Amino acid sequence: MTTTAPEAAAAPAPLQRLNPLTPVLRGGKFFLAILAVVSYQQLPQLGLRRALIALLVVIVLAFVLAYVSWRFTWYRIDGKELQFESGVLFRRSRRVPLERVQAIDIVRPLVGRILGLAELRLEVVGQGTTEAPLAYLTEAEAHRLRARLLALAAGVDADAPEPEETVLARVPSRDLVISVLLLGQVVVGLPLLVIAAITMLVIDIRVFLGSLPVLASFAYGVGSVSVKRLLVEYGFTLAESPDGLRLRHGLLETRAQTVPPGRVQAVRLIQPVLWRRRDWVRVEVDVAGYAGGDEGKAVTGALLPVAPRAVGIHLIQRVLAGVDVATIARRPVPARAARLDPFQWRHMAIGLTPQMLVVFSGRLRRVIDLIPLAKVQSLRLVQGPLQRRLRLASLHPDTAGRHISTVAAHRDTAEALALVQELGELARAERELRRRPN
Amino acid sequence: MTVALYPTDVDWHPVSPRLVVVRRGLAMGVLIPLALVLCIALVLVSTIAAIGAAVLAVGLLAWLWWGIGRACESWGYAERADDLLVRHGFLIRRLSVVPYGRMQFLDVTAGPIDRRVGIATVHLHTAAAATDARIPGLPAEEAARLRDRLAALGEARAAGL
Repeated sequence: MTTTAPEAAAAPAPLQRLNPLTPVLRGGKFFLAILAVVSYQQLPQLGLRRALIALLVVIVLAFVLAYVSWRFTWYRIDGKELQFESGVLFRRSRRVPLERVQAIDIVRPLVGRILGLAELRLEVVGQGTTEAPLAYLTEAEAHRLRARLLALAAGVDADAPEPEETVLARVPSRDLVISVLLLGQVVVGLPLLVIAAITMLVIDIRVFLGSLPVLASFAYGVGSVSVKRLLVEYGFTLAESPDGLRLRHGLLETRAQTVPPGRVQAVRLIQPVLWRRRDWVRVEVDVAGYAGGDEGKAVTGALLPVAPRAVGIHLIQRVLAGVDVATIARRPVPARAARLDPFQWRHMAIGLTPQMLVVFSGRLRRVIDLIPLAKVQSLRLVQGPLQRRLRLASLHPDTAGRHISTVAAHRDTAEALALVQELGELARAERELRRRPN
Repeated sequence: MTVALYPTDVDWHPVSPRLVVVRRGLAMGVLIPLALVLCIALVLVSTIAAIGAAVLAVGLLAWLWWGIGRACESWGYAERADDLLVRHGFLIRRLSVVPYGRMQFLDVTAGPIDRRVGIATVHLHTAAAATDARIPGLPAEEAARLRDRLAALGEARAAGL
């Protein structure tokens, strides 16, 4: 049973099971997974009665599987580690050092919200999967556990209550909807889609039905980003607390993310062309360890989906202290870069402070990337054959993040080489600075 | 005039000339038989076409032979006080600068052919997936020495994320 015994600091806590309602939720998931594999192949050929029996078997099997997996899963906090035991035949014991945790999310799927259950996800740098998904706990317990884990990760008293937060920004639903409708692919794609559909309908209903797969894939292309943004970023709230930035969002599946301070690898400020009149920006953030693939779908990387520019810039100053993107001196690219990128070269520039590299790019969709030099993992210069003729080279600062990959394109070769040297030295100084207190 | 993409004030180590042999051998071992089969098949259709194809194939293979040579020559690495420099590329030139403190782990790999001629690849990984610090064609003992040295330097200068 999931007991919440108050743990003594010294002795390791007893192993705990996840919430007993877990099999109900997981069973549903297993069922859908099995069904997806089976139905495509056999189900239609079986006949109704057999199909129903098969369905019943699958349901029972799914829930039995879920129950067994729940019975054989335990977790506990052991000192500065989260211990996670699972598996029936193949036992897996995993220990996650808490100081390595990059972010902790509480995810509540739709069904979970009805049952009052939530999943706790710990993001650790490493492979492509979330390292320790604690699914499922009651909501209250998930919040308590998250507060404890974050406190342990930060090295403060674990029994302290969840710290107070101050709300930095809330995104009104109206703004979010308008901002999504003003995205290029929606503004261009949606009318095209409607016109195409109506034209086909006018010609002949059979033509329309025949082209439905094409239309559907086109609609997916138009809608995938925008619909995902609406679903994931609905009701976006950003708050700050001593244990980090807190993000809450989601329409069907809600997600509460906590990014501990100092874990931000890069920040990106984006302004699509049609947002310019309203002077809106989108702020994205990159944190090491956010898994790709399945998890990646639910995370869009937004720190703030849409906000007035002033709010966005203020927020950036809060997250990455000591840089003002509005006033920083911009170093443009040489005019000969126009030969390679006549459309955008005027908008390419970099800015450099002792702590930060700022990269400006994009003409229609303006992008500003901010990279704290303390987070730079490696620097790369890349020079294509045309660039070589024009004495240009592109600088890639590599960070541990996954969404944002920055390129300072078409710098003068000699400048790029000097820049690599300078950035390397500044980054080293920053690293030394952070290393000393420990 | 072109301006060098690489710093010139450091001590660049080239990779083993055996790398060229392996790379050329692999490419030619696959492509020459393929070209031969193609030409013989074309003889059955038209002699002129076959001769044309043969000339083209010889030209392409010669260009590839030369290109592989240049590409392998372009590899080089330099150990500086705080970071490792790796350069390579013939058409597209690349320079990677990886601070020792950023190193997460090291790989030394050698395929069956590499082992026969005694070369290995050292691959340096950081927390960034984009980091591209791979040095192929190192003589096995040099690869081992570099690995140990990098591991020691990495440990001494390790920085968190």
